[in-house]
Amino acid sequence: MELPKELKYTDEHEWVLVEDNVATIGITDYAQGELGDIVFVELPSVDDEIKQADPFGTIEAVKAVSDLFSPVSGKIVGVNEMLEDQPEIINASPYDEGWMIKVELSDVSELDSLLSADDYKQQIS
Amino acid sequence: MKNIVKKTALYDIHKKAGAKLVEFAGYYMPIQYKGINDEHKRVRSSVGIFDVSHMGEFEISGAKAEEFLQYMTINDVKNLAVNQVQYSALCYEDGGIVDDLLVYRFQDKIILIVNASNLEKDFLWLKDHLIDGVELKNRSDEFSLLAVQGRKAEATLQKLTDSNLSQLETYWLTEGKVAGIPAMIARTGYTGEDGFEVMIENKHAKQTWQAIMEAGKEFEIEPIGLGARDTLRLEVKYCLYGNDIDKTTNPLEAGLGWITKLNKDGDFIGSDVLRKVKEEGLSRRLICFELAGKAIPRHGYKIMAEGEEIGYVTSGMYSPILNKPIGLGYVLINKTKIGTQLTIDIRDRKFPATIVKPPFYKRNY
Repeated sequence: MELPKELKYTDEHEWVLVEDNVATIGITDYAQGELGDIVFVELPSVDDEIKQADPFGTIEAVKAVSDLFSPVSGKIVGVNEMLEDQPEIINASPYDEGWMIKVELSDVSELDSLLSADDYKQQIS
Repeated sequence: MKNIVKKTALYDIHKKAGAKLVEFAGYYMPIQYKGINDEHKRVRSSVGIFDVSHMGEFEISGAKAEEFLQYMTINDVKNLAVNQVQYSALCYEDGGIVDDLLVYRFQDKIILIVNASNLEKDFLWLKDHLIDGVELKNRSDEFSLLAVQGRKAEATLQKLTDSNLSQLETYWLTEGKVAGIPAMIARTGYTGEDGFEVMIENKHAKQTWQAIMEAGKEFEIEPIGLGARDTLRLEVKYCLYGNDIDKTTNPLEAGLGWITKLNKDGDFIGSDVLRKVKEEGLSRRLICFELAGKAIPRHGYKIMAEGEEIGYVTSGMYSPILNKPIGLGYVLINKTKIGTQLTIDIRDRKFPATIVKPPFYKRNY
């Protein structure tokens, strides 16, 4: 299972990639594997404000539905439109083409509460 | 002792094949191998093999075996020929369902195949009603059950047996050999495709599985998990105990009137109540619906029509064949017409749905 070192993680199985002041967010390889075939994703819209630890969307797999929790607070500046019609991209490429949202951080210090790849690995093993 | 999770004789094979194994009805069972959608489509387009060894097998014998089962089950056992198989159910006195099951009739005995999750309950229920002249044995731990399902199931299995499968009709069984191993082969299944269920002794399970995988290679046979077993059965509106039927539902409202033989020779447990239900008319019925929108209706969600709550969802999923969300649910009898517009409450949002004619999928060969 893939766990890129450069990403930060949450114990709810989201990953975060920070570039400048923008966080790209998705779900981990482990999460997509546990969910199985993903059939729908419901995501917020650009300009919506989200708060750390609040649900920002839902993900439906054949056998389960799950809320998505935001690892950070801020304003949505990008949504992966491809997932609307091809949610299975998340199964195939969870860290790359399967990204979900981009958030302009309102509080950079929140990043300190996220897990490193090693910490996350311990959580799921 | 705490619950010990059992392994079927094929556990190692599943693990090696990369299955995701989860606890189900006291067993570690493969929920999926490569993915539910791919597995589902493989069974619809060609052939797949399932390990369903968690299912229970009860052997019933003795001079009064037939009489006993005529009273215990809702279908007509007296109408069942040797080597024939019957879909049936056990009911409570109030008409609620104890379990649904298959009845296999042999020359000298009858075997019931019951749901793994109900195995102990069913056994006690039968034992509590046992009469003189009947012997009841739980043989679940001795047998493995493999389902080979799909349009290429016959071509796959025929390579391994001298029994003439083209002559074996749906819901009949034969005793023969599969890959040299003594086996009971029944033309039954839970997928809506043609197919077989093969019962062998545990010690032969691995060898049989491997032989079937080898024989099916040219048809690109794949192992199929319980996840796809559920989506396959739902597309053809086969009931799942615990979802669509349980002790609070009766067979008539579940659409199982065709196995509820109210006029058979002799009463059965629940027959008085069910006769009355039939006379007075049903108050609700299990319907099929399609949902518009991107969400999946799941067990227990409310079904509404014109602002009123009229029922609840019993099963729901994303249909890999129709490419849309589908489901089953009970609704009030005056709202069951094909085409009726519903709304389903999914996590505080309302999604439009339409009642459609069952089944969602019908095989074309």
